[in-house]
Amino acid sequence: MRYLPLTPSDRQEMLGVIGAKSIDDLFADVPQAARLDGPIPGLPLHASELAVERHMSALARKNLAAGDGPFFLGCGAYKHHVPASVDHLIQRGEFLTAYTPYQPEIAQGTLQMMFEFQSQVARLLGCDVANASMYDGSTACWEAIVMARRVTRRGKAILSGGLHPHYVSVANTMAKFTGDQLVTSVPTLTPNPDTDDLIAQIDDDTSCVVVQYPDILGRIADMSKLADACHAKKALLVAVVTEPVALGAIKSPGEMGADIVVGEGQSIGVGLQFGGPYVGMFACSEKLVRQMPGRLCGETVDAEGKRGFVLTLSTREQHIRREKATSNICTSSVLCALAWSIHMTLLGEKGLRQLAQINHAAASAAADVLASVPGVELITPAFFNEFTLKLSKEARPVVRDLAAQGILAGVSLGRLYPGEASLQNGLVVAVTETTTKEDVETFASALREALA
Amino acid sequence: MSTINQSGWRPTTPEAGGSDAATFTGNRALMLDEPLIFEIGSISTTGVDFAEAPAGKSRLAGLERHRDIGLPGLSEPETVRHYTRLSRQNYAIDLGLFPLGSCTMKHNPRLNERMARLPGFADLHPLTPVDCAQGAFEVIDQLAHWLITLTGMHSVAMSPKAGAHGELCGVLAIRAALDARGEQARKILLVPISAHGTNPATAAFAGFTVEDIPATDDGRVDLAALKARLGPDIAGVMITNPNTCGLFERDMKAISDAVHAAGGYVYCDGANFNAIVGRVRPGDLGIDAMHINLHKTFSTPHGGGGPGSGPVVLSEALTPYAPLPFVERDGDHFRLVEEETAGEHHAGTFGRMTAFHGQMGMFTRALTYILSHGADGLRQVAEDSVLNANYILRSMEDVLDAPFAKSGPCMHEAIFSDKGLPEGFSTIDIAKGLIDEGFHPMTVYFPLVVHGAMLVEPTETESKATLDQFIGAFRSVAERAKGGDPAIRTAPHFAPRRRLDETLAARKPVLAWKEPVGAQAAE
Repeated sequence: MRYLPLTPSDRQEMLGVIGAKSIDDLFADVPQAARLDGPIPGLPLHASELAVERHMSALARKNLAAGDGPFFLGCGAYKHHVPASVDHLIQRGEFLTAYTPYQPEIAQGTLQMMFEFQSQVARLLGCDVANASMYDGSTACWEAIVMARRVTRRGKAILSGGLHPHYVSVANTMAKFTGDQLVTSVPTLTPNPDTDDLIAQIDDDTSCVVVQYPDILGRIADMSKLADACHAKKALLVAVVTEPVALGAIKSPGEMGADIVVGEGQSIGVGLQFGGPYVGMFACSEKLVRQMPGRLCGETVDAEGKRGFVLTLSTREQHIRREKATSNICTSSVLCALAWSIHMTLLGEKGLRQLAQINHAAASAAADVLASVPGVELITPAFFNEFTLKLSKEARPVVRDLAAQGILAGVSLGRLYPGEASLQNGLVVAVTETTTKEDVETFASALREALA
Repeated sequence: MSTINQSGWRPTTPEAGGSDAATFTGNRALMLDEPLIFEIGSISTTGVDFAEAPAGKSRLAGLERHRDIGLPGLSEPETVRHYTRLSRQNYAIDLGLFPLGSCTMKHNPRLNERMARLPGFADLHPLTPVDCAQGAFEVIDQLAHWLITLTGMHSVAMSPKAGAHGELCGVLAIRAALDARGEQARKILLVPISAHGTNPATAAFAGFTVEDIPATDDGRVDLAALKARLGPDIAGVMITNPNTCGLFERDMKAISDAVHAAGGYVYCDGANFNAIVGRVRPGDLGIDAMHINLHKTFSTPHGGGGPGSGPVVLSEALTPYAPLPFVERDGDHFRLVEEETAGEHHAGTFGRMTAFHGQMGMFTRALTYILSHGADGLRQVAEDSVLNANYILRSMEDVLDAPFAKSGPCMHEAIFSDKGLPEGFSTIDIAKGLIDEGFHPMTVYFPLVVHGAMLVEPTETESKATLDQFIGAFRSVAERAKGGDPAIRTAPHFAPRRRLDETLAARKPVLAWKEPVGAQAAE
């Protein structure tokens, strides 16, 4: 029990100070019937560091990691190279083992980093302000819908078919309980997202339209017209970004008129980690800031006039407003936000643009190679680093076949939309700077065989 | 070269510092101030080397970004220095005791970190074909087994991403169960006033109406008041046990029985599970749902405020409503139950709460910690955390008012109040005084049921020597405050910053860096 420093004699001495005969005296308020006499049967006892390492390593080896072979999975989580210094810095104990900065005088490190993160996110997404992070992109997306309801006092949100189906699913779950009305649809295997359809649905009850950019099929489209249509009806445009690296190459949603921009930050600085922890991004225009959920860090001065940072606008929060709070969130994803911020600082604008360019060029080249395979059709003419192929047969078994050969071929739309017959042949393929030419060739020839 | 900070960074107040000599930079030897990345970086600097992008046609549909984003870059050595310097402005559990009540801060073993970084876990995509992620599902299954066994509950929902998200999961399961019974009229959740502020916020966020239940003078839920309020409009109760006064709710079973008899469900905030793990199973107390903050009981690092992870254990009654996705063992194989595979067997599920499977990176850390401790070690965790808290309570009660000192032993945390401090001195002064002594302050002004509350939680990973040093410092600061020492009212004196103006920050919010006015003109 290497993590417990008290010795048996310490315990005796402390019980003496307390005036208790035994440790059981300290559990006197627990009714006898609810007490356990000894360690719970059926569970193993404590183990050495070596034994635990062996156990966990054996479990890890049963998985096919992204680095184990050609890898093309995306759809909301992306494999990018993260510089070594990012992980090194976030493991400094002063960051890793710090608590929420409620005592700002001794938490300036975390607070300044939050302020820098907020500033970086706001600029990248094209908004005035951002918060200090959310759980992930999907929960940030729901919080944006709720925020739009608060701002507009209307209860109907229109969700684009291009929005990640798991994000739609989260919103549907929550809306069942809150009474929000959601209008949803599924994507069609067409080159362009459903902008005109969305515009046609906006009415006087609409709080917001939610679009993803690039969308679930990898498509990109100008959202200015949609923004104008929303604003004409006094609704908000919510944009969702799940691949922030794209914004190094293409215009930000804020620039095109989105009022709230949320997203999944994982692809910058945060590993795949089988789905979490990730880092939700949440940004909006200055005039909406008091309706924004989540933690916020603000600049101020100390008693000597020195610049410093504190958590602020907490009057919106759960610990003050209780049932009237803007949301129930009482945490953020600070350590992941730190990794994001460090990676972004290493990249800088120049590096981000280069990274984006490399991603786009690699994806573009891969799309051409894969589209030349008989039985493969490229659906998305315009994309960033992720595109959709329509195969001559169902994509799910093809993905399974290729996985058995050690090739992670992309995400079949059948997995994401099991009930949609029209999407079963769709395969979404992501290509990043980590993808080599050889990976693409291996994938293409395996695909050729699988479709033959 | 395009720079972001055209005005150049200047130390804020080089002449500040009282009687000590000022330095040119404003720094003090190893205490180094650090400007913002926006003030030292530039958009043409990068700390990453890339190969030239291959030439090829652009498929960006005319959406190419033309305007500067305004993201500063630093070289790698500058980046390492920037963040290392920032880190030195932080207190952390690796530096010393963090006696925060209601927010357990314990040692974070580095083995947890190493295991979470094994490529098989860290480099695994959430949509990896299920057959290629069997080891990851086995981690989830093993952790689930421990959580179910330790709590004596029926099942566990692993996907909630933090404690408050877990609360949401629990109350949504309650709502789903009531709806399935056709009891839509049960819209009110009862929340004792000693509950965490997230409890009422969660209930409201999930569409419930919240009603408070008072506490008795001894710091526990008023059972009579609770019973009197039960009826056909009550969905259930949200309770914290051990509660935020640091006390065990002796009547927990009676509360559960009464709520169940009235047709409601019992939600328990399990933030304080570390005080009873291995000694009490919440399932034996009649609880229907309880979230477990993995960072608190199972030592995943708090990281300056997150990420968290909040699995929710459920009773048999609530199990059919558990959220998606979840992992099921099928012989030697694990399968993932999602929207399509839920089928009739899981038709009651209330749906998905988050895009993927939850905080996998936290699961590997928590399982590592659990296996290291084992069933015997975890029981010792509860005993030592309760022993440490009572040691502090008895060592301080002659100096500070301890409102519940006669209510029985405290559990993992001890509570004091500002009663007896002279005019003009308050809890915050004692907190800031502790900073100068090299300790992080305890939780202040919480719970709300105690005036000027100071909630102290030492946790089980503190040695007696550390506790004795803390008690010495705490007593000294309290005695100085009681004696009216004016220096306590202006503490901290030795921290990287003196007291910060929080009112200014809220009145004129500056939430993002902006180019200093006139910077353009100076160009």
